Amino acid sequence: MSPSDAVMRDPGTPQATMGRPSDYLHAQHTLRSWFFTTDHKRIALLYLASITVFFVFGAIAAGLIRLCLVVPNGQIFTNDTYNKIFTMHGVIMVWFFLIPSIPSTFGNFLLPLMIGAKDVAFPRLNLLSWYVFMTGALFTMATLVIGGVDTGWTFYAPFSTTYSNTYVIPALLGVIVVGFSSILTGLNFVVTVHMMRCPGMTWFRMPIFIWTLYATSLIFLLGTPVITLALILLVMERAFHIGVFDPRLGGDPVLFEHLFWFYSHPAVYIMVLPGMGVITELVAAFAQKRVFGYRFVAYASIGLASITFLVWGHHMFVNGQSQLASTVFSFLSFAVAVPSAVKVYNWTATIHKGNIRLDTPMLYAMGYIGLFVLGGLTGLFLATLAVDAHLHDTYFVVAHFHYIMVGGTMLAFLGGLHYWWPKFTGRMYPEAFGRVGAFLIFVGFNVTFFPQFILGYLGMPRRYHDYPPEFQLLNILSSAGSTILAVGYFFPMIYLTWSLWFGKRAPANPWQARGLEWTTSSPPPPHNFAVTPRVDFDPYDYAIKAREVG
Amino acid sequence: MSGAPSPAVYPLLLWPQAASQAAVHVDWLIFAFTAVTLLLTVPIFLAITYFALMYRSGRQVDRGHTSDRNVKIELSWMLIPFFLTLAFFAWGAQIFDVEKHAPANALEIQAIGRQWMWKFQHPGGQAEINDLHVPTGQPVLINMISQDVIHSLYLPAFRVQMETLPGRYTQLWFKAERPGQYRLYCSEYCGTDHSVMDGLLYVMSPSDYARWLSQAGSSQSLAALGKRLFSNYGCSGCHGAGATIRAPDLAGLYNRPVPIDGGGSVIADDTYIRDKILNPDNNLIAGYKQVMPSFKGVIPEDELMQLIAYIKTMETSS
Repeated sequence: MSPSDAVMRDPGTPQATMGRPSDYLHAQHTLRSWFFTTDHKRIALLYLASITVFFVFGAIAAGLIRLCLVVPNGQIFTNDTYNKIFTMHGVIMVWFFLIPSIPSTFGNFLLPLMIGAKDVAFPRLNLLSWYVFMTGALFTMATLVIGGVDTGWTFYAPFSTTYSNTYVIPALLGVIVVGFSSILTGLNFVVTVHMMRCPGMTWFRMPIFIWTLYATSLIFLLGTPVITLALILLVMERAFHIGVFDPRLGGDPVLFEHLFWFYSHPAVYIMVLPGMGVITELVAAFAQKRVFGYRFVAYASIGLASITFLVWGHHMFVNGQSQLASTVFSFLSFAVAVPSAVKVYNWTATIHKGNIRLDTPMLYAMGYIGLFVLGGLTGLFLATLAVDAHLHDTYFVVAHFHYIMVGGTMLAFLGGLHYWWPKFTGRMYPEAFGRVGAFLIFVGFNVTFFPQFILGYLGMPRRYHDYPPEFQLLNILSSAGSTILAVGYFFPMIYLTWSLWFGKRAPANPWQARGLEWTTSSPPPPHNFAVTPRVDFDPYDYAIKAREVG
Repeated sequence: MSGAPSPAVYPLLLWPQAASQAAVHVDWLIFAFTAVTLLLTVPIFLAITYFALMYRSGRQVDRGHTSDRNVKIELSWMLIPFFLTLAFFAWGAQIFDVEKHAPANALEIQAIGRQWMWKFQHPGGQAEINDLHVPTGQPVLINMISQDVIHSLYLPAFRVQMETLPGRYTQLWFKAERPGQYRLYCSEYCGTDHSVMDGLLYVMSPSDYARWLSQAGSSQSLAALGKRLFSNYGCSGCHGAGATIRAPDLAGLYNRPVPIDGGGSVIADDTYIRDKILNPDNNLIAGYKQVMPSFKGVIPEDELMQLIAYIKTMETSS
């Protein structure tokens, strides 16, 4: 906003000729410059703003769910209203927050910066992705908030095709449209990684975050078309009774479960893999140490993205799937433990003998590791056939996937947000508030979701508005935890917003981190680098630094 | 039943009630798996916390002699936990195998799920809504189907559940050993009143169960009810003795392979017989002209179960 910024500049002008370097935020100020931008960094912020709004809606729905469940006999809302609320929570959080969260914000912002490129391969396609995303998401959001849908985010047939009396078709159409946004983003990222790496940036010099983003993009490309087709079939069945899923019309409802989980299990890795990438960056930066077993960690990302396509049947152990199929799916699901273990143990080894600063991003990273481990291992419980026969569709499952998605993806998202906030905005956040927020979120999360493991083991089914009285105490505990969690979320929302105007100005590299994104100014200039970088060093080149300090 | 406390009297459950030895077996599996999980995770949590404090920036400690790769260590922490947990894969698969194979002498109870209630029919024709009475000491097989959407019959006291699908029979079985009152639920989300589609499971001694059956009141067994339907719906006109139209004889049909037009065969199980009544044009039978009308929308699910019960008894005739 300083007078010198008011001068219109050709964005192509080299930075060095300017008095004070112009950054991407101040290069132009018009609304048009934001809504028609092709700058990957601005598009990332468009995504960040949109998914934050969606998150708030999803979180309000979660709060209402926990409010209802304080009493066992469901007196606060009608059963129908409760069903609409948990559907709203699931649909928004999965499709409009978790799936786009890290890839579309951090991915968009950081992919070109980390590989030394000026932008993604297809900048206009990138902007189109955001418009496609917003079109679908706003459409479905309006349907969910104004009309309501009661199918759950899983849209199981024939309930969704024949029996639900809510606005299923509009909700599905929005989700289908959002799928195309994922496909476009995935395509853009894959091409960018292949074609846009700067001189010297070989595959094994890329940061792990880029590896995980690449693996995620492959899932976007290979998995999303399947869910798109499945949901289109669902719409056709509901509208024109084509008879694919409803047995009365000659269809098979189990077919929908197969098609749905063929995408939706890999979708878990769309949420988890980029989070793992973020955590790897944080751990290396705050331990000031090379990532232990870099190649194993890189391969593990691709390994997870591959195995994840082979395990969807573990959602169907109790639906009449053949025993042989169930046994094979159970075994393959155990195989997921191998690359997951690589990640966790290698993070631990990276911290060993590091030079560790426990700043907010590192607190999130450590919280992430703990919660991800718990979430992952309870996943093995559910992959065990006889255990799943008991725990399937209970609160144990609810707790398990919240440990993965909130404990995992959400903490990685917040950790990454704090870590790259100076790069995004050019401002520092207040560290003390950051630590308090991280602590509250960790405690609140565990108090909310740990009791749900016990509830599930005791046999409380999920999606129950009205539950037996013997489960009340644990439900009250869980609801109490959710209030702590909510307070925790308010912390970053308030102080990060505050820091946009009042935060200390950030230096180019506030964390003494390695990686090309820290070699340019904070915030970066419109075209990222004054001079195209040349890379002649390994990733996470902290070794020299650590020796100096140690 | 009498004197057994209702599940609601426990203010805080920390361990689910078990009504069978199989349930206790599953608990042991979960307990052992939890122990191994702790064995694998607690050291990580301790190590991370210890490293974070020990190697905090500014502390003067030895940070030398670290390498950033070690293939042997990495392979060992990839593979050792994997093989450890594989034991639980095998254990779980073995219990599941037992859960999938009901003993031949099992008492067969029919269940129908619909929005939003359960209907159970005992072999003697006694029917009950939402609650289920079963005897101890004898395997019980529940054969179920849904009238509308997908439901799932969940019996936590036996640690089992099975989805109840429209258009297809699914089964679960258990052998109850501890009399008492337990809960049963629908665990697959099915719409408005999903969370009140639950009831009580009464596990009773065989004598109590016999007394309950006699009080529950039923004049006829399922098979007898089915026999009457067999003539009321006109099935006997073609499939009965002395029929003028050439139709397949149903005696001894159940669980036999049926040759299909164009080659191959299908086992005549419950789902096949039901499908044949509703969609006779599917799986045309070799050697017969298809003239049977469809009974789709005519015969409700509970009567289909009664008809099948009757057809199962048609082994000795002619």
